[in-house]
Amino acid sequence: MAEKIALQEVEVWDGNMAAAQAFRQAQIDVVAAYPITPSTPVVQNYAKFLADGFVDGEFVMVESEHSAMSACVSAGAAGGRVATATSSQGFALMVEVLYQASGMRIPVVLHTVNRALASPLNVNGDHSDMYLGRDAGWINLCSFNPQQAYDLILMAFKIAEDLDVRLPVMVHQDGFISSHTAQNVRPLQDDEAYNFIGEYKEVDPMLDFSKPVTYGAQTEEDWHFEHKAKQHKALMDSTTVIKRVFEEFEKITGRKYNEVESYLMDDAEIAIIALGTTVESSILAAEQLREEGIKAGVVAPRVLRPFPYNALKDALKGVKAVGCLDRSAPGGALGMLYNEVAAAMYTSDSKPVISNYIYGLGGRDMTIALIKDIFKELKANADAGKLTTPLQQFSGLRGPKLAFF
Amino acid sequence: MEYVGWDEVTTGTLIKSFSKPTDNVAFIRPEERAYSDMNSHNVSVSSWRFIKPVYNRDTCIDCQNCWIYCPDLAIISRDKKMTGIDYEHCKGCGVCVEVCPTNPKSLLMFDENKAVEEALTEWPEKKRKDK
Repeated sequence: MAEKIALQEVEVWDGNMAAAQAFRQAQIDVVAAYPITPSTPVVQNYAKFLADGFVDGEFVMVESEHSAMSACVSAGAAGGRVATATSSQGFALMVEVLYQASGMRIPVVLHTVNRALASPLNVNGDHSDMYLGRDAGWINLCSFNPQQAYDLILMAFKIAEDLDVRLPVMVHQDGFISSHTAQNVRPLQDDEAYNFIGEYKEVDPMLDFSKPVTYGAQTEEDWHFEHKAKQHKALMDSTTVIKRVFEEFEKITGRKYNEVESYLMDDAEIAIIALGTTVESSILAAEQLREEGIKAGVVAPRVLRPFPYNALKDALKGVKAVGCLDRSAPGGALGMLYNEVAAAMYTSDSKPVISNYIYGLGGRDMTIALIKDIFKELKANADAGKLTTPLQQFSGLRGPKLAFF
Repeated sequence: MEYVGWDEVTTGTLIKSFSKPTDNVAFIRPEERAYSDMNSHNVSVSSWRFIKPVYNRDTCIDCQNCWIYCPDLAIISRDKKMTGIDYEHCKGCGVCVEVCPTNPKSLLMFDENKAVEEALTEWPEKKRKDK
């Protein structure tokens, strides 16, 4: 039996330690990993917990992230609780297998510590890896600080392994800004955390030799479409379980999570929509602007996939102008958040003016001043009832102003 | 297999081998196993073939080479006696012919459309070794 750790009511953990502790408390059967900055300490700390007798499980050192996710899929198919962590280039190498995991309905938990994608090579935080994997058929949960990374990882296991879901879940946190920033984290005690997640429930495990089963079958044009449709339906339906797990978590911790988080939105005229640590910076900026009489608020998708179109419509009801902040190079289009939010609001009764800001690539600081500038542009849009700026702008970029449409 | 809608396909495209729990399958002969409808055992791949192996009992020494080497379990052997070819699962690769050690060979490839009885009448004579 694994040894337990008596935790303080408040621990000072960076996001990576918070994630590693959540992994430890989940008592994962197999973690297969190929460490990469900035997620290295997640699996490094976890491996130490295991070596010191705090985990009953296997840590598999593999030769690449492709193999890490492959080993997770295999161990999941064999019938165990599995998880790993990665970032950036490692995530990119995993992408092929991300689709395998969701297609085979293996409830892997992947902690993605978000980092920019090369080239040019960069180890700092942006959301390029998150955006790369967003359509891989996984549930995507987004944290904005170490506490949330810890909480969401515990919940991720419970959601992924629910018999009505059986889909892999990614939990995101910002590289360095969250992963390497020590903050107060209020953890659950080991038994409480494990009992919240519950025992792993096996479904068609390959290690049940009397019921042999094939994972990873081939389907062509006569079957493939039906299988992918069924998978999409499962992902869309997972919202019910996600909400239920959020409620159960609130009951034992008092910490409330929602499909879409809203801050200062009760009377907001203008809103920023963002992900990651920028959400907290935006809240600070909105609070400062409210002292100047500008009714600013912040909306953040907690669940990026399945995308919460209806909850987002509710969150933005009555808002006059919205700025969608994307921390990923858009590659010849508007940013993902702009596209999703615009699609949601196009079918809504309220029709805010929506604009797109690209910011913070490769870990560029998103300052309170820059966010306030964006809010002020949104205020001008709200007052004019139309766009007063180009549709897509770059925020915090040196050189001549770069904007499109 | 019946074409069913998206709501009836298996979760995760899983294929279960048997329709009931089956232990020690190695000790159960294929014809007695409870193969599930989705098992490839129930799928014929005979149309993939354009040449087929024909088996000649007269020269066979039951060495089991073909049974060992066949990649599709399409050689039928019972109690170490070669009894024939499973033409539903043979894809016509010819490996069995390559590994057959007898002289003349006890397995030879023929056109898919040639009747087995006719093929047997065309069997070659034993080759003499040149000194």
